[in-house]
Order: sequence, then structure tokens, then C-alpha cells
Amino acid sequence: MSEATTQSENASSKVKIPVLEREKLILNNRSYHWITERICGVVEGRQPLLWWILFIPSALIALVGVVGGLTYLVSTGVGVWGNTNRVMWGWPIVNFVFWIGIGHAGTLISAILFLTRQNWRTSINRAAEAMTIFAVMCAGIFPAFHVGRVWMAWFLAPIPNSNAIWQNFKSPLLWDVFAVSTYFTVSLIFWFLGMVPDLATIRDRCKPGIRKFMYGIFSLGWRGGNRQWSHYEMAYLLLAALSTPLVLSVHSVVSFDFATSVVPGWHTTIFPPYFVAGAIFGGFAMVLTIMIPARALYGLHDMITMKHIDNMAKIILLTGTIVGYAYLMELFIAFYSGAKYEGAAFLFRIDGPYWWAYYAMMSCNVLSPQIFWFKKMRENLWVVMAVAMCVNIGMWFERFVIIVTTLARMWLPGDWKTYSPSGVDVLTFVGTIGMFLALFLLFLRFLPCINIAEVKWTLKESDAHDDDKMAHPDDGVELIEAYQYEIHENPKGAAKEAGLDGSTPTTKKA
Amino acid sequence: MSTKVRRVYGYLAEFKNASQLYKAAEKVRDAGFKKWDCYSPYPIHGLDDAMGIKRSILPYFVFIGGLTGFLTAITLAYTTQVGLYPTIVQGKPANIFTTAAFFPVMFELTILFSGFTVFFGLLALMGLPRWNHPIFASKQFSRVTDDKFFIAIEARDSKFSAEATKALLGEIGGANIELVEDDSE
Repeated sequence: MSEATTQSENASSKVKIPVLEREKLILNNRSYHWITERICGVVEGRQPLLWWILFIPSALIALVGVVGGLTYLVSTGVGVWGNTNRVMWGWPIVNFVFWIGIGHAGTLISAILFLTRQNWRTSINRAAEAMTIFAVMCAGIFPAFHVGRVWMAWFLAPIPNSNAIWQNFKSPLLWDVFAVSTYFTVSLIFWFLGMVPDLATIRDRCKPGIRKFMYGIFSLGWRGGNRQWSHYEMAYLLLAALSTPLVLSVHSVVSFDFATSVVPGWHTTIFPPYFVAGAIFGGFAMVLTIMIPARALYGLHDMITMKHIDNMAKIILLTGTIVGYAYLMELFIAFYSGAKYEGAAFLFRIDGPYWWAYYAMMSCNVLSPQIFWFKKMRENLWVVMAVAMCVNIGMWFERFVIIVTTLARMWLPGDWKTYSPSGVDVLTFVGTIGMFLALFLLFLRFLPCINIAEVKWTLKESDAHDDDKMAHPDDGVELIEAYQYEIHENPKGAAKEAGLDGSTPTTKKA
Repeated sequence: MSTKVRRVYGYLAEFKNASQLYKAAEKVRDAGFKKWDCYSPYPIHGLDDAMGIKRSILPYFVFIGGLTGFLTAITLAYTTQVGLYPTIVQGKPANIFTTAAFFPVMFELTILFSGFTVFFGLLALMGLPRWNHPIFASKQFSRVTDDKFFIAIEARDSKFSAEATKALLGEIGGANIELVEDDSE
């Protein structure tokens, strides 16, 4: 009774306060069960034809490129790579830095966006973390074989040996060993722990058999009790807090490989932030490159909405601009410092025989993302895909410019070389692209590609006080619907894409 | 001995949604039960207070783990670089003044050991992994990882009684109340 009177008083005496609603992260009022069905359906159903069309060539390329290429390399000698005296790092280290950078978006999404309470991360974090793991695996191949005799790679680890020789802890190359291996291990723990409740979901839906047994093993006997969730949430928070400085440290340490040397073009203090921004930039481009097709392939439009893609495009715009600033600042300091050799190194990049790499880097990384200032462009998936591909290419060229053009012109004119990769170089790199795609496709096939539990948590009714809020609607407030592409610009398409007319999952049941 | 012993695990009751589960949890807590749990497909924020669960002690473990990693890095760096194999490279002396060059390894090992402690500490606190659990004997319980919410009160709780507990679960809004029996022995 008293409630009714206060509400009517409010309504009559006060002006309603306009409140902008938040964009919906999950569209079309999907239920918990629909979310479970749709995500588990990807794993439980038969894979669409396109999956096989992508998987078989990827796996073959990986087999020929990585297994074949490296077998040839080990049996013949590291000289089959195009590395020459002075340009001793060449393609392998370009590829290493390229792949390790790709991984950074995964940890950024799962750790930094978790700490900053960006709930939109829940739809993309699982796939991005998987991408991190696979990218770091691809990255690890190159330095391991670049040491020359891969069977001696254990020398990288501080293990007592009969020669009584120890690693040089003052060397950035050893820091890199620690940084990359820690990054891989902690990312793997983060990924696996995040997946345990979802693996339990698949386990509970399986018929008894080998599948149920395997999912049962990996879900560790998860029950979903709050006494488990309570510790689990704390563990997740701790891992996010640990991974945040970790992800910033990894590419900083990679940049130390360059910055602590006294080589013109490398010896700059801007390198750590410049490398980290570049890594996040390249990583987000790769997330978009693989998530947009996956979203279309499995009909995940209600969970990975245009809002998610818009946010990622904005991050690409931001980090791309930071990278552009770093490029220009490098040039400015080379001029302003008055350091002759520094200036010469940059003139060589712009005007030397590798000018095409420099302009590829500049146009792909700095100019192409600027198109994302326009909303219409962020809403056009073809444009988003094209920019993402540009960035993938541009970030590879960035590492090529940094490594090859610098090493090709060091202090002594006698050292000057023109570098070109060998066929085995190209084969191994293309092989790692195949390996990355094949592993990602296997991930889509066997593991829940979206974080089921966290996506459910973002729904309105998941709030423990939702019933109370529904029983007492705030009368002094006027809700204004937020802009949402699917509702305002593309209502018909959204319904069709979401399968509202048929409402059947695109993947058929086995 | 061919007779099969069936041990009662406890009562399982289903609740409609997170709000109902939250309100029911407060009532079970106030009734003085200790050995019980709320089950949900996702973590429900605030449920810890409603159940009277204390904050997880995992951070203390992780602090000790991280400290161990830090000390390991210090020991590793100084014993090898200053004690066992002192070399002067990059103009950096092999003594205490080299400390700055050891920072990256100290940082990474702190994170690495902390990460491992989170993983193993969490498993220890959750009592996982385990092969089976009596509650899995319930047929309806398999929906807990999908879209259902449950409260289970264990028979080993000192306040448990066959009738009164069942009545309590009914009063607070529980549906499909089921006596879960463990037939694994």
C-alpha cells in the first residue's frame, strides 16, 4: 500500500530522469539453455563442410612446412635458412616476434578487460586465449631451432651440467627464455581453469562412453557448488592480476633483445611501450580474422554481436594510432638527437633497398586502421576483415623492418649485406600459419569456443537481486534504448542471422 | 557380504532462478546448517554472504608461492652469476651491482610460481580432481551445468533430519525435492 503511494507521488511530483540503457551483450533474450545448446552444439554436432575444407589443407601445410621443413633443417643444418653473416636473425626471429605478438590480445582480453570489468570480453575471451596458446607454440619453434643445434636447446634452461657452465642472467636473450616460458605456462593455466566449468557442461550432456570419460577427466569432477565457485572466482581474479603485468612484461622483454644492444635503430627507450602496443594491435587483428568467420560458420551472432566487433575495431584504431605515434617519434628522435648513425639507419629504412617493407608497414599499420573512425566502416564486416588482414601483414613487415633492415647496415661497411630468405624459411613460416589454423580448428571442434558460464553470468536475470528489481521498477527513471546495430540498422538481418525464423542451430546433430 | 549398502547423501531441491536461490540460501544459513551448498551454472555474486562463506584463503597461498618464486630467482641468479660462474660481459660486473639486470628473471619467476600456486592451491581448496561424487547419483542434477539451480543439504550435518529438512526446503521454495543416495559403496 505504502509502496503504491510513494510511486504515484514520485510519478506526479518529479520529472523522470532519462537513463541510457546499456547495450545488450546477448541479443534476442536468449535463455541459459539456448546458450548451452548453441555453444555445445558446435562441439557435439557434425562439423560443417567448410570446417573440413579449411582443416585438411591447414593440417597438410603444417605437416609439410613445420614437420617437413624442420626435419630437413635438422638433418642438413641451420644453413638451409637464409640467415647470413650480420643478418643472422633473419626470418626466424621476425616470425618469432610476429607470433609472440599475436598472443598478446588473448591475455589482454582475459586479464586486463576482466580487471576493468569490461563484460563484453566474455563472448570472445575463450577463443582469444586459445589463439594465444597456439600463437606462442608457433613462436617457440623459431628460437628453439634458431639456436642451430636444437638438441642442445636445453642449454637455455639453468640446469647443472658437466661443463659447469651457467647461463648469462644479464642477457636479454635469457630474460626472453624466462618471459616466454612463463607466459605460455600461465596462459595455459588461465585458459584451462576458465574452461573447467564448461567442460563439465559438455560432460553432463554426453552419453556414457569415451567422450564422457574424456570430458569428465578434464572437467576434474566439477560440481558447480558455490563453495567451489567462491574459490574459483578468487583464483580467476588472482590469475588476471598476475597476467596483467605479465602480458606487459613479455613484449617488453622481447623488445629488450633489441633495445639493450648498441645498434642504431634498436637502441631506443621507446621500444617496450611501442612493442606492447604493437602486439595488442596485431593480436586484436588476428582475433577478428579468426572470430568473424567462426561466428558466421557456427551462427554465434547473438553472442558475438556487432557491439563486440565495434569494440575490437576501436581498440585496433587506438593501438594502431599509438604504433603510428611510435614510428613517427622514432623518426623525429633520429633527426632531433643529432646522432649521425641513428639518422642514417632510418634514412636507410625509408630510402634503402627495403623501402617497400617500410611503406608496407606504414600503410598497413598506420593508415589502414584510420578508416575505423567512421561508424559505417566498423559496421561493415568486409571492411573490418580487410583492415584486420592489412594489420596482420603490416605487423609482420614491422618486425621485418626492425630486424632485417637494421642488421643489413650495421657499423662497418664490410658487414653490409642484402638479405633474402631461402625457400625453407618461407616453407617453415607458411607451415606455422597452417599449424595455427589447424590447431584453432581443432579447438573449435573439441572445446567450448565461448565461455558458457561467463556469458550466462552477463544476462540480466543472473543478478541475485533481479526479482526484487523487477518487483520494484524505478518510476523516476525513463529508460532510453541504447544504440544497437542489430536492432536499429539491421533488424531483419539480425533476426535472420540469429536463426529466429527457423531457430535451428546451423550445425546438424550427429 | 553381498548386501549393497546405500548411504544417504542428503536432500537436493531445485530453485527457479538466481534470486530464489539467493533468498533460500539466506534461510538455510539462518537455520544453522553447516554442510550444504548452492549449485548454479555460473557464479552468483553475493551468494557467499547469503551462505555465510568466508572469503577464499587462496591469496595467502599465492603470496607465499610468489615469494618462493622471487627467492628462487634471487638464489639462482646470485649463486650462478656471482658464485659459481662469474663472467664479465656487457661491461656488467659479477657482483651485487648487477642486481638490476636480474630484475626480469625475478619478476617472471615470481609470476610463474604464483601461477602454479593458484592452480594447485585452487584444486586443493576445491577438493578436486575426484573421480565421482555422491551428488552425481541424482538424475536431475546433470542440468546444474546448464540452466538449473539447486540447494543440497548433506545428511552428515548435525541439524539434518529426514522430515524437518525436507519440510524446510519445501517452505523456502524448493521444488523436485529428492533424497540423494550414494550407491557407490
